[in-house]
Amino acid sequence: MYAQMVKADGKGVKSREEMDAEERAFQDKIDRDVKIEPKDWMPEAYRKTLIRQISQHAHSEIVGQLPEGNWITRAPTLERKAILLAKVQDEAGHGLYLYCAAETLGVSRDDLLDQLHSGKAKYSSIFNYPTLNWADIGAIGWLVDGAAIMNQVPLQRTSYGPYSRAMIRICKEESFHQRQGYDLITKMAQGTKEQKAMAQDAMNRFWRPSLMMFGPSDKDSVHSAQSMAWKIKINTNDELRQKFVDQTVPQAEYLGLEIPDPDLEWNEERQSYDYGEINWDEFYQVISGNGPCNKERLGARVKAWEDGEWFRDALTAHADKKAAKKKKQQQDAA
Amino acid sequence: MADKDALFKFLCRMGDNCLIIGHRNSEWCGHAPILEEDIALANIALDFIGQTQLWLGLAGEVEGEGRTADNLAYLRDAFDFKNFLLVEQPNGDFAQTLTRQMLFDAWHLPMLQALKESSDERIAAIAEKAVKEAKYHLERSRNLCLHMGDGTEESKRRMQDAIDLLWPYTGEMFKSDNVDEAMVAAGVAPDLADIKATWDNFMDEFFAEAELVKPENAWFQQGGKTGTHTEHMGFLLADMQFLQRAYPGATW
Amino acid sequence: MSKEWPLWEIFIRGQHGMSHRHVGSLHAPDAEMAIHNARDVYTRRNEGVSIWVVEAKNISASAPSEKGPLFDPSNDKVYRHPTFFDIPEEVGAM
Repeated sequence: MYAQMVKADGKGVKSREEMDAEERAFQDKIDRDVKIEPKDWMPEAYRKTLIRQISQHAHSEIVGQLPEGNWITRAPTLERKAILLAKVQDEAGHGLYLYCAAETLGVSRDDLLDQLHSGKAKYSSIFNYPTLNWADIGAIGWLVDGAAIMNQVPLQRTSYGPYSRAMIRICKEESFHQRQGYDLITKMAQGTKEQKAMAQDAMNRFWRPSLMMFGPSDKDSVHSAQSMAWKIKINTNDELRQKFVDQTVPQAEYLGLEIPDPDLEWNEERQSYDYGEINWDEFYQVISGNGPCNKERLGARVKAWEDGEWFRDALTAHADKKAAKKKKQQQDAA
Repeated sequence: MADKDALFKFLCRMGDNCLIIGHRNSEWCGHAPILEEDIALANIALDFIGQTQLWLGLAGEVEGEGRTADNLAYLRDAFDFKNFLLVEQPNGDFAQTLTRQMLFDAWHLPMLQALKESSDERIAAIAEKAVKEAKYHLERSRNLCLHMGDGTEESKRRMQDAIDLLWPYTGEMFKSDNVDEAMVAAGVAPDLADIKATWDNFMDEFFAEAELVKPENAWFQQGGKTGTHTEHMGFLLADMQFLQRAYPGATW
Repeated sequence: MSKEWPLWEIFIRGQHGMSHRHVGSLHAPDAEMAIHNARDVYTRRNEGVSIWVVEAKNISASAPSEKGPLFDPSNDKVYRHPTFFDIPEEVGAM
């Protein structure tokens, strides 16, 4: 997902007997669906894991602006331009909300950004794939946002209050994102021969990376148990992936787009689709920096941050001067 | 009743200014100095795209040849665009972007305020809606320019450079031609001399408060209003119009 | 490294007659810019008519351990809550 590779701190899930009194009270609250708030006691491992998860999610939002942003200046109508710009702007907003949620855990946004810029922090693999034709914008809204929503909707119930509230706001705002994507790709799939070809091309490139968004298979996902006990992860990776496939296949059929997976088949017994093996080598390569656009994406973020430094400093300097002037006026008046 | 051809040209000028400055601002999306600014700039760009739809939509209606706002935005070549040279100037650094914005906003706001009283009700209605947005744009661009001017040594230098660079493009905004005269005669639009008086006042106040030097009026560039643009315009349009040009007749 | 813009807590009055409600936070160099930024960040969908900003470091919060004495006394004043009162069904919603 947007936070695909979150390592949970701690040494696995403790049994009740192994917990001390504070830990037990904490876990009881979570089990009773009582939210944990910033000043409440929490295990250090919970705090660290959450910082990692929320910041990965936040980084994904702002890096996620770039592949779509790539087409803002080329959107083919004024309306499409406005919709796309509003959507990419929402992603900046979602990044902002999430950084703020992470900040309640005692880290600064600048420190989190430093971790992103230095390559230490991760973000979703999906944003390291290029957007090559206009239908990609539809595919991202439909498939990528569709996959993200699967994860984000249950996260509204997550145990950490500020994270939960950020997710509620995000889900509310995201509701139009997937729809605009599907609407866009529908126009393409039902358009001219060239447009259809673009839509299929987008489908071919984005299908498998979208499935990878849910993270490694459950059998390789060693940190899930602790995160689920803490209710900072609600469903398993494979559960959500299956749900996504089952939901998306009929939507693709409606569009007349072919899903690039020869093994995709309805399984009557499971009442679900079987799908082909995912190339996990590729996934781990992309996550660790070797995707087609990792360098451009990170480079663009670093450049924006470095080029903007003088501006941020200028406004700080101005605010300091203004505050000093005000203080002096008050002193003179007294 | 205003001459149809002149009215069409006037509306294209209004719409093209919005379109091009909105486009430039949208280029920042994902690349601004800090998240809060990224979001704010996108809002401004969105306001301008919205205003473009209204102005160019009305232009197409007045022309009466079935052209939509999209047709006008995506299927005209540079010489048919009537925006100021100022708004097509590249973003440069943040000081240039904000200076360009302030110089334009300080024209745009009084223009819209006057257009609220236009004899053409359709124009008055658009101005009524746009003026609220323009007020906020100017407040924001002016504040940021002031803060940059009175920030650090570096920001002050960058602000002064931006003002010196863009100042020669401001004269064109007030240069009246036969289109403007026809609009004044028909009571559609204000006399540009009045707008200039308001703009000059604003700038005098700005420079009095800012730690910056007002450039000596030297030579003003012009041509945008009649379709003779800077070289930047062709690249901007190549980018913006690519899909409509490459796939004529497609629905998006 | 440069100094980070401070964090501000944002409160918005959604409609006339309602109280200001905490909607989230953001970074800004000073109060004036915080209000501007709040307008852009938190009212993109016409959510507000009035904005308050408070620098986060200036907010004093009750410690969770004080929760008992601070909030328990009102817990037994059930009549303060509308569900305390039974309204006959035929009267309808209230």
